[in-house]
Amino acid sequence: MTRWTAWLRQREVQLAFILALLIAVIALRAPVFLSARSIDNLLTDSAILVMMVLAQMLVILTRGIDLSVAANLALCGMVSALIGKNFPGLPLAFVLIATMACGLALGALNGALIGLLRLPPIVVTLGSMSVFRGAIFVLSGGAWVSSHQMTASFIGFPLERLFGLTHLVWFAVAAALLGWHLTRNTRFGRELYAIGNDPVSARYVGVPMARRLFSVYALSGLVAGLCGYLWVARYAVAFTEIANGFELSVIAACVIGGISIAGGVGSVLGAVLGALFLGVIANALPVVQVSPFWQSAITGTVIVVAVVLNAREGKRAGKQILLRHESRVESATPTTPGATTAREVRA
Amino acid sequence: MSELTSGPAKHRIADGAGFGWGRLLRRWETLLLAVLALVIVVGTIGLRDFLDPYNLADATFNFSEKALIALAMALLIIVREIDISVSAIIAVASVAMGYANTQGVPPLGLALIGLGVGALCGAFNGVLVTRLGIPSIVVTIGTMSLYRGIALVVLGDQAYTNYPPALSDWGQGYWAGIPREFVVLLVFVALFALLLHGTTFGRRLYAIGSNPVAARFSGIRVDRIRLALFILVGTMSGLAAVLLTARIGSTRPNIALGWELEAITMVILGGVSIAGGAGTIAGVLLAVFTLGMVTYALGLANVPGIIMTIVIGALLLVTITVPALLLRWRGGAPRR
Repeated sequence: MTRWTAWLRQREVQLAFILALLIAVIALRAPVFLSARSIDNLLTDSAILVMMVLAQMLVILTRGIDLSVAANLALCGMVSALIGKNFPGLPLAFVLIATMACGLALGALNGALIGLLRLPPIVVTLGSMSVFRGAIFVLSGGAWVSSHQMTASFIGFPLERLFGLTHLVWFAVAAALLGWHLTRNTRFGRELYAIGNDPVSARYVGVPMARRLFSVYALSGLVAGLCGYLWVARYAVAFTEIANGFELSVIAACVIGGISIAGGVGSVLGAVLGALFLGVIANALPVVQVSPFWQSAITGTVIVVAVVLNAREGKRAGKQILLRHESRVESATPTTPGATTAREVRA
Repeated sequence: MSELTSGPAKHRIADGAGFGWGRLLRRWETLLLAVLALVIVVGTIGLRDFLDPYNLADATFNFSEKALIALAMALLIIVREIDISVSAIIAVASVAMGYANTQGVPPLGLALIGLGVGALCGAFNGVLVTRLGIPSIVVTIGTMSLYRGIALVVLGDQAYTNYPPALSDWGQGYWAGIPREFVVLLVFVALFALLLHGTTFGRRLYAIGSNPVAARFSGIRVDRIRLALFILVGTMSGLAAVLLTARIGSTRPNIALGWELEAITMVILGGVSIAGGAGTIAGVLLAVFTLGMVTYALGLANVPGIIMTIVIGALLLVTITVPALLLRWRGGAPRR
């Protein structure tokens, strides 16, 4: 296999091509989609999703899942809106720190239950999702915080521009760079992959499972908290139901980006592309004059097609007994040792 | 640490222990029964009209349809799978019924269409999971979006109404003062209990959930059973769609939104292990009643619905956390 075909076989490269193709098709029908303004809109609209997807990726790498992110975002958004409403004199930095601290605390709660008590992530975050969502109502008394109750600087910050791009986009860029550094260059990131690939082995080689799982859910909460303020300020409103069901968009973007729910597989590039894919679909529909009612059906089709395409590579253990047996036999014949171990781990 | 030392013990096959009061008291179902009794006692003392038979009968409307899905979902979770798309299946099945109704299909036909569409959606999930080996949570997140999207595309901001009275009777009617939906639920509880605890098929589900590879080696057709369960969950969602449509008499695209999480909560609270291989229908039924009674009591006490989501979420968290904490205290390995 030449270097070129190997490069073309990478999931991220294929996804990038499909995304480019999608944009090209949309641009053919509506050239305005490629205007600077429209692209600026697209990036700004996708920024929160990109950040949430990056954090969710770290969780999914460890074979976990965090269903509570949207409720966490909404709760921290409400907290920041109430701070902004009741203490308009406070500097914005304080709001940012408060919303992140709120998210961190909520994420740490998940992390403690999942990391220290080894409870199943899907159950814990399902429960905390309901609790967080209900807590917004308790906190706000069911009332809305709307734009006239927030200060101009509170609302304006996410859409202010720096070097031509909105702050939202810069946040997403920073998150992507940080995520890239974390997954590629740090021991923390490598250990997340190790946990997802094989938790038992990871423990044997001394990965501190409890601490890593705790940190990864706390980090997911921190990002959700930050996005909470950004969401509320961007849309200039906070109420109980904001971002309802957003957790499933986040997970869907992860799936499209080739991050394996079975753990241990995924990259920052894939996550960003997956999020942009959903962003392009959402932003393109009005441009090409398709009814927004189609969005859910198209998203669903894209997810199903994406997982079917990805399924050719990574098949699950359990039903694949015979194939697994074959790969063992194969591995006895001389091949490169690296390739064999990779295959064993996948199987 | 603990996980490593518990490794060998997992593979030891001991004789089944005999009957013992201590073991009975430590069962999950006993804990749930105690919680349910507590809710009923507190409700009876604290709230007027809590034990009013008419009130109690009407309270069953709130959970009967979800519980029907939870029964099938329990079997699916026992074999380590999950179906997030159930509420979207309800939407599609209900839309199909609404469309058929505008074409003049009789009530029995409507019900069959609801069930059939549910079974088809379940079969599509099952084929993707078993043939392509994709994790079921991923497949059903995708199909959830797809099925709900189909309902949105067909209906937009419209709604189907004007269902025939013969259909509405199934959702709103009573038999001897007991809501028909609740009778349907009890019949299916009996059927599912028989299926899971009284047949070889049921035994095989536990075998698959405990160890799919070993189950396959022992001659169980794992994938065929998985596929059958996805179709079963789809059909039960179709049944829930028939009853729900009959009860509320209209179909909107956002029908039953978020029900998948409530059904899964019922199953998990009922003591079915998300890791597979453990759980009983009795546990699920007790969880359904507990959640139903908590919701009913809060409703009588005029607590807003959103607060109930806190209570339900907290109930789920506490019931899984407390046993884990107790085990940790005693120095044992946390299970589940």
